[in-house]
Amino acid sequence: MASGKEIRTQIASIKNTQKITRAMEMVAASKMRKAQERMAATRPYATKIHNVIQHLAFAHPEYKHVYLQDRAETKRVGYIVVSSDRGLCGGLNNNLFKTALKDIKTKIDQGLEVDICTIGKKATSFFGRLPVNLTGQVVQLGDAPRPHELIGAVKVMLDAYESGHIDSLYLVFNEFVNTMTQKNKVVQLLPAAPEKPSAEMSHHWDYIYEPDAKEVLDHLLVRYIESLVYQGVVENIACEQASRMVAMKSASDNAGDLIDDLQLVYNKARQASITQEISEIVAGAAAV
Amino acid sequence: MAMTIHVDIVSADTSIYSGLVEAVFASAVMGEVGIYPRHTPMLTRLKPGEVRILLNGKQEQFYVSGGILEVQPNIVTILADTALRADDIDEAAALEAKADAERSLNERGAKMEYAEAQIKLAEAMAQLRSIERMRKGKGH
Repeated sequence: MASGKEIRTQIASIKNTQKITRAMEMVAASKMRKAQERMAATRPYATKIHNVIQHLAFAHPEYKHVYLQDRAETKRVGYIVVSSDRGLCGGLNNNLFKTALKDIKTKIDQGLEVDICTIGKKATSFFGRLPVNLTGQVVQLGDAPRPHELIGAVKVMLDAYESGHIDSLYLVFNEFVNTMTQKNKVVQLLPAAPEKPSAEMSHHWDYIYEPDAKEVLDHLLVRYIESLVYQGVVENIACEQASRMVAMKSASDNAGDLIDDLQLVYNKARQASITQEISEIVAGAAAV
Repeated sequence: MAMTIHVDIVSADTSIYSGLVEAVFASAVMGEVGIYPRHTPMLTRLKPGEVRILLNGKQEQFYVSGGILEVQPNIVTILADTALRADDIDEAAALEAKADAERSLNERGAKMEYAEAQIKLAEAMAQLRSIERMRKGKGH
């Protein structure tokens, strides 16, 4: 049985750990609120550009953009995997990677090749270890990424799509449902498949394009994909903070339980030693 | 009351303006455009410059660093860029992302060596431990 002093130092070290986890929990909680606000702030742009793309699908442009066309044959697919830069956020990243791997495996089973572009350190180190083709990466985005920090990663994939190197593109990220629930999501970015036109919009009309349809549409669709990826990244950050908050809360709780148990053991040991001393003294007195 | 048109000015990380106005002016790539209610549908790129809205005879100004202007009969949407964009800057960012990926692929080799070294270290430690146990056994 451990001696009193050993147990005391153990309790002290667990208490220190508990202080750290509790601090991390509180930091994550406040960061989560900010991340949620940021998520709400990015939503108007996402919905607006989505509306424009929808309108565009109803219009009858003379120029069909390559992002909107289905490819007859798919040989190679691209994935953009969004993860956090830091760990200690429960199973968030691992669950996401599992979902991604499952999806990737079905593609490989179909005889397709896979290109991966990673956002966040965790995804980079995870997919860096696997025998997959890593074509781009962005790390160290921080808590408040700016849209233009993602351009590089997105452009690598868009260029690959345009040149016919990949035939479809998917985005893998965590969707923020609420603090307790985050959903792994795999969404198709390219080819972008707009919904069917509604009756009111289906009459024949078209925009005036300035300077011309090709240039405007090229520009617009790149922005559209970028906004989808940005939205995914921002949402993933909110998920990261929520998940870290929950993980750190349960760590603090577990530390509390451990301390209680150890305290009990310590008290028993102390009592036992006192009892023993008394009985020794009594025995000694009786012998005299 | 003059006829109004709904205007939304949004950038990727915030909503800049949303509401009914009498007219909106913006600097498109082909020149300045003024949009009044019931304008024909139009889609155009914007140059870096100011967007002005006219409301109750008063003008309000916003600066956008480029973007896209969409006009529907009753709604105008301005999708503003958050940063100045140019093809060569985009290209540089793409190259950087690619170079980063290549670097971590190269590091993969280094990681393998590290893993091998770790295994060897673990073996050596196991050997040391067993030697120690044998010594203790003799001492008894």
